[in-house]
Amino acid sequence: MKTPLFGRIALYLAATVVVLLSVYPFLYAVTTSFKSGGALFEPTLWPSSWSLDNYISLFTLAEQPFGRHIFNSIMVSVLVVVISLFIGVTAAYALGRIQFKGRGLLLTTVLSVSMFPQVAVLAGMFELIRFLGIYNKALGLVLPYMIFTLPFTVWVLTTFMKQLPKELEEAAIMDGCSPWRIIKDVFMPLLWPALVSTGLLAFIAAWNEFLFALTFVLDNNERTVPVSISLISGASKYDIPWGNIMAASVLVTLPLIALVLIFQKKIVSGLTAGAVKG
Amino acid sequence: MNNKTRTAWLFLAPMLIVLLLVALWPLGRTIWFSFTDANINNLDAAKFIGFENYFGEYGLFANPNYTDGFWSSDWGTAIVNTLKFSVVSVTIETLMGLGVAMLLNQEFKGRAWVRAAVLVPWAIPTIVSAKMWGWMLHDQFGVINQWLVDWGLLAEKLAWTADPDFALWTVVAVDVWKTTPFMALLILAALQTLPKDCYEAAKVDGVHPLRVFWKVTLPLIKPALMVAVIFRLLDALRVFDLIYVLTSNNNSTISMSGFVRREMVDNGYMGYGSAASTALFLIIGLCTVAYIKLGRMKMAED
Repeated sequence: MKTPLFGRIALYLAATVVVLLSVYPFLYAVTTSFKSGGALFEPTLWPSSWSLDNYISLFTLAEQPFGRHIFNSIMVSVLVVVISLFIGVTAAYALGRIQFKGRGLLLTTVLSVSMFPQVAVLAGMFELIRFLGIYNKALGLVLPYMIFTLPFTVWVLTTFMKQLPKELEEAAIMDGCSPWRIIKDVFMPLLWPALVSTGLLAFIAAWNEFLFALTFVLDNNERTVPVSISLISGASKYDIPWGNIMAASVLVTLPLIALVLIFQKKIVSGLTAGAVKG
Repeated sequence: MNNKTRTAWLFLAPMLIVLLLVALWPLGRTIWFSFTDANINNLDAAKFIGFENYFGEYGLFANPNYTDGFWSSDWGTAIVNTLKFSVVSVTIETLMGLGVAMLLNQEFKGRAWVRAAVLVPWAIPTIVSAKMWGWMLHDQFGVINQWLVDWGLLAEKLAWTADPDFALWTVVAVDVWKTTPFMALLILAALQTLPKDCYEAAKVDGVHPLRVFWKVTLPLIKPALMVAVIFRLLDALRVFDLIYVLTSNNNSTISMSGFVRREMVDNGYMGYGSAASTALFLIIGLCTVAYIKLGRMKMAED
């Protein structure tokens, strides 16, 4: 069926506006990061001359070891993903495939943990982290990050696990497989798409986290990138190195945008499995 | 306990232990701290002081030192800011998300590209988007002030993130930019599950599209919409990083989470801060319960 010409024009106009609004700010950040000196303060999108100064100085600043911060963030996020997926799969197996009393209540409890405001546990977590001796260590952040990655991982993986056909498991049980082998050999291969999408979402959440990272790590070598960016500062309040900030922002964001665009479908299905089917 | 049940609990054990350690225990300790005079520099010296942090002389509520009334105290302001921010930003996000989702649900050339572009703000870390917008909204060199002045919409450049009259609304605008994609994606997923045939029937019968939207589309996507709204609402009520970075946590924009962190970490009043965080926890809990009751939503499918 043909829609009237006017409707088509309005549609493309709306689409153009949406695309511009979504992409322009980041594009502006990218081009700003290549401006240096006086060019930084010209409010044009395209720099009059391109320069890598901001990127070079970002990595050579003595007081701000940005390379180290990127490394810390990668370590923390990868560990968070691996641990949440492992714990998530085992829990999802129990919640999704085994009938037992209290299952519904348990699922609701897990979900309610994801509604905790992070500050509600801040004081107790501070004490715990001090007690465990992981205060001021980047890797110590892996523990508190479980509070927001785990409930969500368990919830989404349970939803996926429930949808798998029963016959698969029954055949394996008949063959005398242990539950552990059933998970490893029967479910894991089928769960790959769900693991990729929940893993990516957990990675993004850990990569972006700010409050815990700001509070539990004060050592300048142990920081993660969001805190690092928020602390980039100049000699005075009126001398903020916007070029460096934009360069750092572009560096930590580009990999995320690439991941999100490559795995678009997987991420959307992970997000909606958590919400729409819930 | 039969074999199956034992297996179930065995496989649940790692998750239960971790959640106990990172959620329940710290929550319990925080609530305990809220009844003490704990200081961050010396937690062991904390003494039990009852409801002093809540209703005492220097407490959160009923504080006799609030000479201008509760709502103009720092804590009262933090509550008002958080509620204003949450309600306004979630409302705008829902409406805009609905609009973008309807757009993406149409068939047109380049739709895949538009959908990819919409994902970009969502993929950008909050801190980065705060810094990015902080630069674009800069009072002297910001591109937005420059445009508005050039186009004659503004007589002079404004301090968007510092002026108490605009700061909170600036925060709302940046939050809307960042989270509308999330709303749009959830709503789009719901729209795509709708049966096509009833739309064709409506078209044949010549029903006005707006009427179709109100009578068919909206009721059908309502459950998904409710879930999306509550996800965003819970997220908005605990807002911290955007405000902390964009407006440096100043008094005109400080949120409840920001207040808690300031008292607890910057000022070191662990007990007082814990009381505020417990109050925030209760407020969020109440909002959730009220919302679920209101929407009679089923949280767990079982």
